[in-house]
Amino acid sequence: MTHELPPSASAAPAGPDAVFQDYLAQGEFRIQQCGSCARHLFYPRVLCPHCGGTQLSWRQASGKGTVYACSVVMGKPGTDSDYAVVLVDLEEGARMMSHVIGCDQHAVKIGMPLRARIMERDGKPLVVFEPANGGMP
Amino acid sequence: MSLKDLRGKSAIVGVGQAGIGEARGFSAMEILAQAATRAVADAGLTMRDIDGLATCSSAASMWALPVAEYLGLRPQFIDSTMLGGSSFIAHLMPAMMALESGQCTAVLVCYGSTQKTGTFSRKGMTEAFRLVDPLPYEHPYQPMLPPTAYALAASRHMHEFGTTREQLAEVAVAARRWAQLNPEAYMRDPLSIDDVLGSRMISTPLTVRDCCLVTDGAGAFVLMRADRARAQRQKPVYVLGNATAVWNRQISSMENLTVTSASESGRRAFEMAGLKPSDVDVVGLYDAFTINTLLFLEDLGFCKKGEAGPFVENGGIAPGGRLPVNTNGGGLSCVHPGMYGIFLVIEAVRQLRGECGERQVPDAKIALAHGNGGTLSSQSTALFGLEETL
Repeated sequence: MTHELPPSASAAPAGPDAVFQDYLAQGEFRIQQCGSCARHLFYPRVLCPHCGGTQLSWRQASGKGTVYACSVVMGKPGTDSDYAVVLVDLEEGARMMSHVIGCDQHAVKIGMPLRARIMERDGKPLVVFEPANGGMP
Repeated sequence: MSLKDLRGKSAIVGVGQAGIGEARGFSAMEILAQAATRAVADAGLTMRDIDGLATCSSAASMWALPVAEYLGLRPQFIDSTMLGGSSFIAHLMPAMMALESGQCTAVLVCYGSTQKTGTFSRKGMTEAFRLVDPLPYEHPYQPMLPPTAYALAASRHMHEFGTTREQLAEVAVAARRWAQLNPEAYMRDPLSIDDVLGSRMISTPLTVRDCCLVTDGAGAFVLMRADRARAQRQKPVYVLGNATAVWNRQISSMENLTVTSASESGRRAFEMAGLKPSDVDVVGLYDAFTINTLLFLEDLGFCKKGEAGPFVENGGIAPGGRLPVNTNGGGLSCVHPGMYGIFLVIEAVRQLRGECGERQVPDAKIALAHGNGGTLSSQSTALFGLEETL
């Protein structure tokens, strides 16, 4: 089985989880596309869950996405710690869980257009989103 | 041989419960053994007659081993498949095959948990799961699992079909009204729609009263081949159909948040049983959260997709409503010790035997029990019937 590795990744072989993280560390949000059925997938895998194909290539994600589902997890009252957990449909057709930063967490709504950002959290790069077009669909 | 050949070939001959609500001072194994002892005695058997075992635990990955040891069993058939809360309904099919093949003659299916009063709390378990069963593409976003996963599904159902928080609350209120008719139920004080809407929000749109109880509890049942079941002391409750479906583990990997794999498990179980939803007299749906009941009413065909909200309005699934659902009070008001599936089977059996007192559904002949596990991840549907339905 072969995996395309990012050009600057270490020579050591790595699975798709590690490759994904390597790209993020370089500031790139890449997702896999299946060479057999052409569908994009998320999270990274060694095979396509749609068709079983193993020829997967890493594509730069456009970063465009839309809120598919949203729930605000309630923090302790008065601590301003409520946060929205969203499922984002990426333009490429794959879906992922994420956060929406830079806006009122209770204003995050299904259908809201987003764009991806890579931020560092707990010492690791993480894909989050911010409202695109001022959050208007 | 086809699955249809297994229709009615096995029957539940005994059920037992123990430690429902709080079992302070007892371990999970102790209440499991009490429930198992009661189920075996209910069947008119002794523990020596049990030669098949199906059990699993959220905490221990080799749970069948200590259970066999504690009960003194030397089982010839063992199933410890762990699919979350649906497991004990999913255990039916392999058990039926083992009985039919002659691998064993009496299968004990059992479960117990003291997550409420035990030292290994639900909180401790959640933290342990993050280590032993990581979800690297969800955990960094801190969903409060499981509630947030179900809340995401609820958000989508509301968006697509106009389902309201009041309709979700109807599910909790109906469960409570059934619980008020069940002396064994843990929460029996009055509950109104306003109470549900006004209680503490956990993960929008779900409040604490949209979420199941956290209780202790143990349940067990004994399954035998139908010809042997007829010789036991209780009226046999036949397994007419059973099917299990898994499409995903994580909520973020679910293709459509308003269509669960219950649509597949239900279709296959009804097909095996040769029945349709309108044939069912009493329904048990795994109500870990209020949205579950709506999704499963639709996915199992009791109403059309998107129409469960109106279906449950005005007490639609409460006592006296159009369809008796979760007549023991459900996971929302009766009992929910981490995994609830076995109690759905026990209530179906009790209803078909006509043992349910005030909450008895008159003349119930066919019952459905539907289990859910993970975060809308595993679904298992079973149909049960009396002798006259064979």
